[in-house]
Amino acid sequence: MILFRFFVGAALLMPLGAQAHEVQAHQVYVSNERDNTVSVIDSATWEVTRTFPVGRRPRGLTFSKDGRRLFVCASDSDAVQVIDPDTGQLLHDLPSGEDPEQFSLAPDGKTLFIANENNATTTVVDADTRKVLAQIDVGIEPEGMAVSPDGKLAVTTSETTNMVHWIDTETLQATDATPVGQRPRHAEFTRDGKRLWVSSEIGGTVAVIDVATRQVVETIGFEIKGISGDRIQPVGIALAEDGRSAFVALGPSDRVAVVDTESFKVKSYILVGRRVWHVAALPGGERLVTTNGVSGDVTVIDAVSLKAIRSIKVGRYPWGAAVRPVAGVRSAGAGE
Amino acid sequence: MPTRADLIDGGPRGFGRHALRALLTACALLAAAPALANPPLTIHYVERRVERPTPLNNEPPIPADEGLRGAELGLRDGNATGRFVGLSFALKSTVVEPGADLPTALATLARESGPLRFLVVNAPADDLLAIADAPETRESVLLNVGAPDVRLRDRDCRARLLHVLPSRDMLTDALAQFLLYKRWNRLLLVSGPGADDALYADALRKSAKKFGARIVAETSFDARGADLRDSALKEFAVITRGPEHDVVAVADERAEFGANLVYNTASPRPVVGTQGLTPTAWGRPVEAWAAVQLQGRFAKLAGRPMGAVDWAGWMAVHAVTEAATQLKSSDGNAIRDLLLSKKFEVGGFKGRALSFRPWNGQLRQPVFVLWPGAVVAAAPVEGFLHRHTELDTLGLDEPESACRAFGGTP
Repeated sequence: MILFRFFVGAALLMPLGAQAHEVQAHQVYVSNERDNTVSVIDSATWEVTRTFPVGRRPRGLTFSKDGRRLFVCASDSDAVQVIDPDTGQLLHDLPSGEDPEQFSLAPDGKTLFIANENNATTTVVDADTRKVLAQIDVGIEPEGMAVSPDGKLAVTTSETTNMVHWIDTETLQATDATPVGQRPRHAEFTRDGKRLWVSSEIGGTVAVIDVATRQVVETIGFEIKGISGDRIQPVGIALAEDGRSAFVALGPSDRVAVVDTESFKVKSYILVGRRVWHVAALPGGERLVTTNGVSGDVTVIDAVSLKAIRSIKVGRYPWGAAVRPVAGVRSAGAGE
Repeated sequence: MPTRADLIDGGPRGFGRHALRALLTACALLAAAPALANPPLTIHYVERRVERPTPLNNEPPIPADEGLRGAELGLRDGNATGRFVGLSFALKSTVVEPGADLPTALATLARESGPLRFLVVNAPADDLLAIADAPETRESVLLNVGAPDVRLRDRDCRARLLHVLPSRDMLTDALAQFLLYKRWNRLLLVSGPGADDALYADALRKSAKKFGARIVAETSFDARGADLRDSALKEFAVITRGPEHDVVAVADERAEFGANLVYNTASPRPVVGTQGLTPTAWGRPVEAWAAVQLQGRFAKLAGRPMGAVDWAGWMAVHAVTEAATQLKSSDGNAIRDLLLSKKFEVGGFKGRALSFRPWNGQLRQPVFVLWPGAVVAAAPVEGFLHRHTELDTLGLDEPESACRAFGGTP
């Protein structure tokens, strides 16, 4: 069983429920695309505590709100797997459509929007009833998937069509499309839901879109001394809790860019592992983790000093990372 | 779903001395028409079919529809995208059989189809130039997917002729970069007797010089004299005996002996070039940079792996439809201007943004160095630098190209 600990500074064990500014331990789940496994990292020690097998070619992963169910896109198994995060046991599959790559759970906690990379659709599934609510035609190779904070809009990015497709979550119809740079991979709503950030891997840019007008209001470019422009390939995006910074994974440039969300200027480039795919922010805003596909590791970033502080070996081709909500950890811990 | 019209036999037939065995097959692919008034933009696929050699070692023959199937996938992809901006595209294929009259076929096509805006051409260099210089294509943009000849990107270039397939020298430059990276810089070169073999050997020599490799000896081999199955063991040992070398480079474009040279050299040296370790635009083991998505879509459509010419066919149609989508317009002139402009960039599942070189119309692109089992390297190889883009370390760079048709200074 897992021991749930809260740490102050180094390794002082505190009683359960300790509050205030102690750094809380979190569990980070990382999908290893090539190994067909998920690695679990404990943020107290930054060590891999468990690795469990999942379906084939796991990529996107996310948690239910209560943290008691882990959803994994097992792309080559053509399934979204629902897994008990404590045991790693497969609870059941969800009908996902072909080749699910990324997904997003709506604020209602049960409607899952899944990008089906191989057949140009977005599948909408009710995670509770396990029923497909709709399959929506979008552009070729849908990948990025996001639901607005108010739950009214879903977006998917299509990598070969090079557009953001807007889906009305009420009618489950695609209502509009916004062209962006080549190979859009990831979409992220700001917390107020007013803006959408979209990375373009081959275009080498990040587009900031005004949600109300669906127009690109800002296109952010990147420049790193000594790295040729076409190696700078934005993929994952994480927006900081305080809304001030965006962290953008830049693929084979092995850097994460930190962007000021007011001025859209790049504040810093942080060297991480090789071919960085995705970034996930830990609650509290002090730490982020990146998945580095080629070097097979996870880099821990200090969000204050903007430095990489640690690297953790995981499986082969780590792709996605998700932080387990603490509510689930506590109740699971308390219950057993 | 795109619907596929039946093959139409549109070719003239005759019984005279120059009896035309011309068989024009045309196949039109039309997209599910969106609820829009815009008529589809028709992209033509024109192929001069060439006689293929009989497979030497029971390998799968070069598919008769290589190129066309790629273009068909490009159309399908283009329509899936275009519908979001109210555009649709159609593909019309015209295949001219060996010996059939090309100008007649082109005239027939223009008469039946109206102005030819975009032609994806899969034909040998001379036929390609004949098409480019024909009155029917005076206003057309041609996209070359079948001819690797350097001269088409050099003194024989044409202003409206873009090259999607890498040139021979891009291929041999990629191979040379890999060899230099490995420090395998001493080459023993074996060439076949064909004119295309000579061109490949010439490209190899130039690439070796460009990057600092050395051809220590050259020899030729003509497979037409003997039955390889009997003679390979002895003959190859003789022709590959030479000064110290790191690799045996082979120039055998028609695959008459190169595959049999592998593992049959006098010294235990890898075979590189047209067989063995091969530089190519595309191949079955290519899977990185989401290539596996494209490979999967192609296999589903064509029921076979995607080859280099298939990729070029896909890429050509994709470039046109992508430019149209970016413009939200099917205006041929505007699409042509965008394709040729410096700001046009397009993805091609090669991990980089691809664009056309403004001095000769060649598509900049990475080249894979592979054997049938795996991709060994992708060029530009690390360490080969260029002041603008490393992609321009492959093939003719601006100062080297004699092409002036694009407005370069003489």
